[in-house]
Amino acid sequence: MTKLNPLLIGLSAVMLGAAPWMIDRAPYESTMGLVQKVFYFHFPSAILFLVAALICGVASAIFLFGKRPRADGWAIAAAELGLLFGSLTLVTGPLWARKAWGVWWVWDPRLTSSLLLWMIFSAYLLLRRYGGPGSDKLGAGMALFGMANVPFIYVSVNVWRTLHPQTSVVPTLPTDMGLPLWYCFAAFTMLFIALLNLRARLEHQRARVEALYLAEDEA
Amino acid sequence: MRFCRTFLMLMALAVAAPVIHASAMQPPSQSEFVPVSDIPPGEQIPAMNIVGAAYGFVWVAVLGYVWSIARRLQTVEAELADLESRAK
Repeated sequence: MTKLNPLLIGLSAVMLGAAPWMIDRAPYESTMGLVQKVFYFHFPSAILFLVAALICGVASAIFLFGKRPRADGWAIAAAELGLLFGSLTLVTGPLWARKAWGVWWVWDPRLTSSLLLWMIFSAYLLLRRYGGPGSDKLGAGMALFGMANVPFIYVSVNVWRTLHPQTSVVPTLPTDMGLPLWYCFAAFTMLFIALLNLRARLEHQRARVEALYLAEDEA
Repeated sequence: MRFCRTFLMLMALAVAAPVIHASAMQPPSQSEFVPVSDIPPGEQIPAMNIVGAAYGFVWVAVLGYVWSIARRLQTVEAELADLESRAK
């Protein structure tokens, strides 16, 4: 997996470098015009934000119930990526909304629950950074709560019919809009996998450093 | 005790008064959908600026995070190599 990282980062960098050209070639959406092109980065960020929450939750469950300390490293890595991709989603979304809806923000279920998930990730990382002994188990419980929020975020637009477009929009996109979208999604996914792997490696190396310091103290 | 209570009440009033005054002076806030065509021209932002800001933010955030991970990983791996060499 370590050898795969440079390849994934290089490939995603090339693809993201070419993305503006792909997006520029995509047709304008009839009612929103140019501003709809924010969608090509907003959608992949939003999906990976939810994927990060799922990975963080599953890894935390394995850590809590399976007693595997390495899983905790994956949970921290996923939480940090969740915060990153959540920030991308929560910044690009309101920028698009200001032009499309006339407001920066509305307290509708999709936006509010996404903000809540972002706050859970922030709280999780603050807890892990400053919580002291026992924060790993407390954090894992918090991550499970974050994961439980994911299905709610996904279906909220279909249940409440708010200003935010429904989940049926993406599968019905015409090919010349769908192609650049899935192209950007592939580039973001490769970047996500590489960053997740690197961040988890960082956490595992930190654990080794701590173990060596403890061994030194005992000697 | 009574003095303290009166003092705290006066302090709370002194702090709250400007806030209440300011909120009374504010125009009604916008909390609902407003069609783009109804927004006054002075409040409209060109779409190009919005798209540029969105893409710019994504690039800066991603590059910043990649740099941050690389720096942290480098520091930890150097520390680990040092500890392992000391342990031998």
